Amino acid sequence: MELRSPLGRARGPGSAKEGGIGQWKAERLAAIALVPLTLWFIASAIFMVGADLVTFKEWAGAHGNPVLLVLLTIALYHHAQMGLQVVIEDYVHHEGVVIISLVLVKLGAFFCAAYTIFSIVRLTF
Amino acid sequence: MAFGNRPLSPHLQVYRPQITSMLSILHRMTGVGLVGGALIFTYWISSATYGPEAFVRAQSILGSWFGRLVLLAVIFAFYFHLANGIRHLAWDAGWGYEMPTLRASGVVVLVFSTSMTILTFLAGYWAAGVI
Repeated sequence: MELRSPLGRARGPGSAKEGGIGQWKAERLAAIALVPLTLWFIASAIFMVGADLVTFKEWAGAHGNPVLLVLLTIALYHHAQMGLQVVIEDYVHHEGVVIISLVLVKLGAFFCAAYTIFSIVRLTF
Repeated sequence: MAFGNRPLSPHLQVYRPQITSMLSILHRMTGVGLVGGALIFTYWISSATYGPEAFVRAQSILGSWFGRLVLLAVIFAFYFHLANGIRHLAWDAGWGYEMPTLRASGVVVLVFSTSMTILTFLAGYWAAGVI
């Protein structure tokens, strides 16, 4: 089904130009990556219910698990940050508040991702 | 207000609730809620780097009745956001815009997320050796 009007097609991506397409693609890419990563995490982490630290460290450091956990962390906070951006831009109407909350959300996502990745790496030693 | 007392277009509450609009709102709500889920994930992983006591404390907080209630909500939010997110990706690919398809895929999303939440919780109890 074609949803673009002939005029829209002739004018191209509009005022956002390539930047808008980049954001749109980044949103979908992180979302697609999260489908297998989150499903793996649920199926795998379910065996950590009630586990002690020794069992947990064995799981967190086993085979490809640390790599998958790091990938999950990156995709998760990247997706979360872009999702919150859409919500903030839609519901916050004061420009200053929008800018401050976007800066806080983006820096907060970077911090949480870095802190989680650092923790995962530490668990493998 | 810079725009004066101009009339606003009618907002959410004047419309009859429909599965399409309700699921759209739920997608945003679960998305925002899942940020809390991400923070729980970070807390859980990082607690293990602070030694056995810190990890056991995190495990017992998540395993308490309140922790389990929060995890139940997070897991439902996850499955809903996952299934409805795939629905969104299908729309991005140009599929599923006809009204009957739109309603049917919405029902599928609700049935999937509810049953997977129950299954996951049962699996959790099974993994813990409770059942």
